Amino acid sequence: MFSILKTMWYTFLHMFSRRFTVQYPDERPRIAPRWRGRIILSRDPDGQERCVACHLCSVACPVDCIALQAAEDETGRRYPEFFRINFSRCIFCGFCEEACPTYAIQLTNDFEMGEYHRHNLVYEKEHLLISGTGKYPGYNFYRVAGLAIGGKGKGQAENESPPVDVKDLMP
Amino acid sequence: MATIYIDNKPYQANEKQNLLHACLSLGFNIPYFCWHPAMNSVGACRQCAVKEFKDENDKRGKIVMSCMTAVRDGLRISIDDPEVKEFRARVIEWLMTNHPHDCPVCDEGGECHLQDMTVMTGHVYRRFRFRKRTYVNQDLGPFVNHEMNRCIQCYRCVRFYNEYADGRDFGVFACHNHVYFGRHKDGVLESKFSGNLVEVCPTGVFTDKTLKRHYTRKWDLQTAPSICPHCGMGCNTIPGERYGTLRRIRTRYSGQVNGYFICDRGRYGYEFVNSPERIKDPLRRVSGEGAGPGKYAPFEKGTALGAIKDVLNVSRGVMGIGSPRASLEANFALKKLVGAENFFLGIPDADYRILSLVLDIYTKGSARTPTLDEVESSDAILILGEDVSSTAPRLALAIRQAVKRKSFEAAGGMTIPYWDDKAVRIAAGGRRNPLFILSCSHTGLDDMAKERYFAAPDDLARLAFAFASRIDTGAPGPEGMSPDFKDLTARICGALESSKNPLIVCGAGAKNEGLVQGAANLAWALRKQGKSAFLSFVLPGANELGLGIIGGRPVADALKAIGEQKADTVIALENDLYRSLDKKNADTLLSAKFSITLDQISNETTKKSWAVLPAASFAESEGTYVNFEGRAQRFYKVFVQGGGTEESWKWLRDIMLEAGRPEASNWDTLDGILRDMANEIPVLAPITGIAPPETFRIAGMKVPRQPHRYSGRTAMHADKSLLEPKPPEDRDSALSFSMEGYAGVPPPALIQRFWAPGWNSVQALNKFQSEVGGPLRGGDPGKRLFEPGPGASPAYFAQVPPGFQPRKDEWLLLPVYHIFGSEELSMHAPGIASLAPDPYIALSEQDRLQLGKQEGEYMEVGIGETSYSLPVKPVRELPEGIALMPSGLPGLSGIGFPVWIKKPGKGARR
Repeated sequence: MFSILKTMWYTFLHMFSRRFTVQYPDERPRIAPRWRGRIILSRDPDGQERCVACHLCSVACPVDCIALQAAEDETGRRYPEFFRINFSRCIFCGFCEEACPTYAIQLTNDFEMGEYHRHNLVYEKEHLLISGTGKYPGYNFYRVAGLAIGGKGKGQAENESPPVDVKDLMP
Repeated sequence: MATIYIDNKPYQANEKQNLLHACLSLGFNIPYFCWHPAMNSVGACRQCAVKEFKDENDKRGKIVMSCMTAVRDGLRISIDDPEVKEFRARVIEWLMTNHPHDCPVCDEGGECHLQDMTVMTGHVYRRFRFRKRTYVNQDLGPFVNHEMNRCIQCYRCVRFYNEYADGRDFGVFACHNHVYFGRHKDGVLESKFSGNLVEVCPTGVFTDKTLKRHYTRKWDLQTAPSICPHCGMGCNTIPGERYGTLRRIRTRYSGQVNGYFICDRGRYGYEFVNSPERIKDPLRRVSGEGAGPGKYAPFEKGTALGAIKDVLNVSRGVMGIGSPRASLEANFALKKLVGAENFFLGIPDADYRILSLVLDIYTKGSARTPTLDEVESSDAILILGEDVSSTAPRLALAIRQAVKRKSFEAAGGMTIPYWDDKAVRIAAGGRRNPLFILSCSHTGLDDMAKERYFAAPDDLARLAFAFASRIDTGAPGPEGMSPDFKDLTARICGALESSKNPLIVCGAGAKNEGLVQGAANLAWALRKQGKSAFLSFVLPGANELGLGIIGGRPVADALKAIGEQKADTVIALENDLYRSLDKKNADTLLSAKFSITLDQISNETTKKSWAVLPAASFAESEGTYVNFEGRAQRFYKVFVQGGGTEESWKWLRDIMLEAGRPEASNWDTLDGILRDMANEIPVLAPITGIAPPETFRIAGMKVPRQPHRYSGRTAMHADKSLLEPKPPEDRDSALSFSMEGYAGVPPPALIQRFWAPGWNSVQALNKFQSEVGGPLRGGDPGKRLFEPGPGASPAYFAQVPPGFQPRKDEWLLLPVYHIFGSEELSMHAPGIASLAPDPYIALSEQDRLQLGKQEGEYMEVGIGETSYSLPVKPVRELPEGIALMPSGLPGLSGIGFPVWIKKPGKGARR
């Protein structure tokens, strides 16, 4: 009898303590800038896909939830033919973002990914690709790389001299 | 053996080697670029520096290049000395100053020797802030991609292409820091070994162009040990698969067979596995409504087996047609299914006779069939009637090395170590072992030949007999040889007699039995003179010798049985009858009431069969091939094709089980059928031991086909289902379709990839060899089935063939082979097909002038009942009365060489 009254008393006391419950979704939680949420694929400043299908994210992924296939357009620019993330497996560790050499794959502040069906958590490239540069503006991998692609020939990347003339014997 | 001190610890090392070679063999990690075990040292990259000390009191030491330092007793060196480590890090920093920021888009990434070495030396941050040198790339054809910016000037490519493979259209251009490796202008690389540049190049300058179209990193490829199915050499390969398609082929090193290199047909022919022409489901000809030629409907496996059982039950007689491109197991299963008297070897009659002869020679002969490794050690070579460079390219590469070996010996006499490559070449580069080529027309090895002689195969055979009888007077010789041959005979016999390990190469290419007999007589005669003579026969099919060992009757007997209505069912195993037989005979065979074909790719035969069963390709099956030297080698499933595809022997087993045949009851796994085969065929007794059985485990684990960094496991099937499928089970081998399992070095027959910690590139191979450049640890895989007995003294073939008599109105039509085009499966690979020649007929210059035809002008050629319209190609050296036609090209298949064809009238126009 006494213990019942005691527990009721404690419950009563809790009515006056500070509330921790957040009234989500009416009240939005504060998300830190470096929050690791939904993964996106970004575009470079020229509006092209940043992903060059190097497979580093997929190999870095500890749960192996990224699968992709590389393809090349007629100018030699590499891109993923398909790019799939199985978010029902993803642990949002951010290794993929760390591994990405082109800033293509980024983790965002969005965490609202609830679905009624698990298979809706499988995101293909069209679901992942955004139209902006995301967190890292300015960087364009192909401006640095030595590979020639459409609109950028040999020797036109940053810090490159014009192509060598093989027939030239000048020192 | 010498004792050397590495960081003050004594080790035993081979005095003949250079220090880098010895240190790598001892398991030390020294970074290097330009050195290659097959191409030795030039000291171009300055990467393999170590510190050498005078004696134990010397604390200063001096930096030397280990690849240019000979091992000697008491040598003291340090690999870990801080100064030398710093030196190596600086060298790689220089090499990297111009290296582009390409790794993410570079096909070499993840298996790049430059990446590995950069990590090994500890170079991390780029300090060079100036401009990078750039180059314009070249289009080098369908096989090799060129990205010259990535070059670090190690010179391995030119050394392989020009000095090892004797290519002429590749080189190094320009000067100082502008050196450029490529062709003088864009164009297809002429060498048939150009694909090896991909593996030789330590970085991504040369990469696999076919892989580029469906690029996958090395860590994502599921791989298994395999054997090349495109010729009889039996080169060891590692095919890689991803997402259900085959992505590429890499060389699987084997000290005795292919060494470090394979030919382009073997490397790039794999694309047939992905061909849209592949048969993926059992098919049955539609009867009744909707019937028509080429109308097929898929049917279930169970129904298929039931239907075939019913056919077998009512059939008057079942005949099995074996195949030189099917495994031993499949041919054996078919032979068991139809019975020995109903099993026919599905090869042309001329090939059948030659195959029987070769088997006879291998069994009773006294001359050893050389491994490719032994070919390289022979010091006089005679090639009889075979264009080795087209029918057995890897053998041709080995012969090239044998010819050039003389210079190493000569340099040895001048106390130049064999590994000091540049010095050897300068001091003795021009010296060559004699190579004689006796053939109908020019061959791809002509540039190495000391002497060539062109004649009809019958005349060549007579010459071979003449050589034999000159070397051993007990051997039968031809009567009435023209005195013109006296000098030729003297020269060739003189060279063979003054050698230690002469090699006689012949083959089925000339379709001449006399030549094969002559070659055997010659080799045996040399044996009698105490020479350790080698005798090698080139056979076209990947398992031609194996098919011969299984044994069966010639196809002509099958045609007779059909004609006499003794049989009404034909089972063709992986055999396009329209290639093996001429059209009329193939039609006759397929006119049987029921024709059942097992094959991988849709072809004429599958289009005319009653039922077609989808057979697994080499990359989807486990089995055994016997190569040209009589070495049985196992190949393994790289992946499971899915659909209705099944290994041929399993189809045949299931048919037998369905029909209630007890013979197949033990064939639950590959080991079962292997055991039965070994028990039944004495020659094949060793085949159960060529690879570990299915029950083999290392620490309780299987050997994984997937690397431990295999990615995308939980996403690759997620578009279809979130339930991750169970990986296929492999009940036939000790390999598993998984990334879990034993991660160390497996037994040699199970090596599925070359990888070691810190060594992601193919150079990790060093860790798999008992000595770098030597045999694999645990011995090279495969077992030789034929060894000449110690006292073997075979009786010479006594019948000298008569000389060739040209006919006035006819030519003897003989085949000419093309590395790209003459082989069936590789022609389904787009790259290979694009390099195959168009059909033509080759005439001697004299005949061409007589006919009044221009080069390239079309001419009607009637062979049997078929008429072909072909452009004329003049071949100056062609002997009188002979015409040549490419073998096996689409549109020219099914010609029963040798055949006499009518000459058209003079000046006849199309």
